[in-house]
Amino acid sequence: MRYTVNATGIRKSFGSHLVLDDVDLAVETGSILALLGPNGAGKTTMVRILATLIRPDAGTATIAGHDLRTNPVGVKRSISLTGQYAAIDDKLTGRENLEMMGQLRHLPRGAARARAGELLAAFGLLDAAHRRAATYSGGMMRRLDLAASMIGRPQLLFLDEPTTGLDLHSREQLWGTVRGLAEEGVTILLTTQYLEEADQLAETIAMLDRGRIVARGTADQLKSSLGTEVVRLQFADADSYRRAASTLGTARTDDRLCTIEVATDGSAAAVHELLGWLEGAGTPPLKLSTHRPSLDDVFLSLTGAAAARRGSKEMAR
Amino acid sequence: MSAAYAFSDARVMVTRCVKRSLRDPEAFFTALLLPIMLMLMFVYVFGGAMNTGGKYVNYVVPGLIVLCAGFGASATAVAVATDMANGIVDRFRSMPIHGTSIFIGHITASLARNMVATALVIGTGLGIGWRPTASPAEWAAAAAMIVVFVLALSSLAAGVGLVARTAEAASFFAAALMFIPYVSTAFVPARTMPGALHAFADNQPFTPIVETMRGLWMGHTATGAAASHEAVIALAWCAGILAVSIAAASWLFRHRTAA
Repeated sequence: MRYTVNATGIRKSFGSHLVLDDVDLAVETGSILALLGPNGAGKTTMVRILATLIRPDAGTATIAGHDLRTNPVGVKRSISLTGQYAAIDDKLTGRENLEMMGQLRHLPRGAARARAGELLAAFGLLDAAHRRAATYSGGMMRRLDLAASMIGRPQLLFLDEPTTGLDLHSREQLWGTVRGLAEEGVTILLTTQYLEEADQLAETIAMLDRGRIVARGTADQLKSSLGTEVVRLQFADADSYRRAASTLGTARTDDRLCTIEVATDGSAAAVHELLGWLEGAGTPPLKLSTHRPSLDDVFLSLTGAAAARRGSKEMAR
Repeated sequence: MSAAYAFSDARVMVTRCVKRSLRDPEAFFTALLLPIMLMLMFVYVFGGAMNTGGKYVNYVVPGLIVLCAGFGASATAVAVATDMANGIVDRFRSMPIHGTSIFIGHITASLARNMVATALVIGTGLGIGWRPTASPAEWAAAAAMIVVFVLALSSLAAGVGLVARTAEAASFFAAALMFIPYVSTAFVPARTMPGALHAFADNQPFTPIVETMRGLWMGHTATGAAASHEAVIALAWCAGILAVSIAAASWLFRHRTAA
């Protein structure tokens, strides 16, 4: 198997704050990998390290066959970065932005112009090509940003939270564009805090929480790691809900809706046993439903405890 | 990364910064109106009360050139800080291009803006009775002094823009640069100032820079020294400022990027 990104043991601290703690990350050539995690998990730092913008304190990485430390110029030639904030000159027109990026990729002037035209058409920006980027909507800005990233036909594209701040329609449109790029053979490393985005786009998901990879695999693998079916129990009143919750202990609970979710193997016998146990405890549920765990469930089960601790600390302040 | 690439990167960046300057109508018109307004105000409002031996317009032109350059420099600091706060610098840095080309772009655009402002000061001055006695060679030397001075000030401003990180902080820099020329021989001779200010005026860079121009254009300086003597001090200041700011800017650019 070939890997476009192969990073091992990446560590980075800012002052006394450890942001990345021994992170290994491999992205298979031609695939999309999503680095999924909450705000402050270290996603952007990881991308900035791999894109040569900051140096890691420790660890090694090979990007498209070039060593990050010894050949950063080789890395720069092979990659393109679309950061969290649109890397576009707002006083230049869409076309001027792309032609400028083309020239900075050292395409001859004519070739830069032709490539800009091609990309404007491909990204649906031909009508707005002569307008200054400042007049673009959020979605158009992101598309122009992506087009600018594609000027030099990179082998590896970094997308750092590409849809943050976009409305639903623009987000879906951008997902389509990203899939199209992957079909052309571009390897993509995407960071996101949206589980749905990782689920929709990525073949492989790596979950990052407080500087550590806490899980990795395909969306299906991660979902089945929680058990194949989640049984959701709805209780008639807060009192029986509370008593059931205290007997079940580790399950996910929702105080407001009076629901409890329990991971099971999905067999009738397991459900039967669960119900019998609740019956015996005198707290039968009102309703029951089963569903496959979502990435949300995986994410919360892996990071929920940590997030809850952080949340309560913030509340206390 | 060959020299040809370095040159082409710099050319692209210069084009970008010049376009940005032209497309910021407020800043552009401020930059055009300011030299004219300042010239008229200094000569017609303050000029009558000034005693500099002769017509005030014959004294004040070099002072207004450095004052306008101060305004120009603050625009440069803001432009660099704005770039650094935007994702675009991250994109440039993740590309195989020369980091210095970004500064060459900003500094060249700054030089171009300042040359327009200088031409307006000179044109307005000549229009309202400024009568320099300089030969063509002295004019050329005065122009060279302005170019060197503006380059030094622009690279200092670029360095400040890098440190400042936000446009607001960078524009604060303007306040300092607006005041320093007043405590020099730019608008009045230093002899009328109290002791401490007099000493500061005698030993700060704006004085020799202004006096070099004044000596070249008018044949005599306000300090009494020869223009050539002032020029040596002025060039030493400019060379020092250039060296320190370029070294600081390239270090800062490598080590301190948009968070």
